[in-house]
Amino acid sequence: MADLTLLRRSPLETPFVSMAGLRVDPDSDGARSIEGVLGAALPRQCGVVTRNGAHSVLWLGPDEWLFVSEAETRSLVADLRAATVDAHAAVVDLSANRAVFELAGVNARKVLEKGCPVDLHPRVLADDTAVSTTLARVPVLLWKVDETLFRILPRSSFAPYVESWLRDAMEEFAPWDQSGS
Amino acid sequence: MLQLKCPWCGPRDETEYHYGGQAHVPYPEDPSALTDQEWAQYLFFRDNPKGPFAERWSHTIGCRRWFNVIRDTRTYEVLAVYTATDPRPDVASGGQA
Repeated sequence: MADLTLLRRSPLETPFVSMAGLRVDPDSDGARSIEGVLGAALPRQCGVVTRNGAHSVLWLGPDEWLFVSEAETRSLVADLRAATVDAHAAVVDLSANRAVFELAGVNARKVLEKGCPVDLHPRVLADDTAVSTTLARVPVLLWKVDETLFRILPRSSFAPYVESWLRDAMEEFAPWDQSGS
Repeated sequence: MLQLKCPWCGPRDETEYHYGGQAHVPYPEDPSALTDQEWAQYLFFRDNPKGPFAERWSHTIGCRRWFNVIRDTRTYEVLAVYTATDPRPDVASGGQA
């Protein structure tokens, strides 16, 4: 049975994932200007992730978004700042703010369900959904890419704790793999 | 465990929220005109009803927004959830909070 659940530092993490926070009124010209640069709409609803090319945009609040991008951090932040130069908006480089873990495998949901209060069943949590919640009592941004791949973004200072909690939680699903890789 | 329905994020467990005390306590129009007793009343005295009670909650782990909840203090039943800009709804079971 190929149900090996693997935890690894996301390949996206080295080099660090580019992340930028955006705060702007969703009904303002600044928001429309950002959408022009992005080439996609800013998500207007909890959980929705929109993407275009290298950029993914995660909904954090009614006027707050997190850009996660494969583009270089400087160009990401510069592009967003250029789009909001005349707007009442804030663009902040948050690349070092969160660590990115990827939990992959058919048992990924079972591992997370041990410590997450949100209903992770596919009938509630659709693919490509990101929600702010807690995992093992610490705040994380939980991004479900699909049923076998979750991205977990805790604050960097919580990363070692979250990693050791995940290793412990997934041990029962891969008892033969003690290498810790 | 209380489950509250955040107006923006939907139903989440109580552990994701922070309690903010009684809602609809207006800041005095002219604070300097208040007597010490009135000021103390504004700062420290809150209703403690048995029944529906309007209170503030913040979804600190999620969208970080403040909103209002009317909760029955006897049964913990959540009677209404509304944003700070919405008018206070009339809950069916009535009563003054």
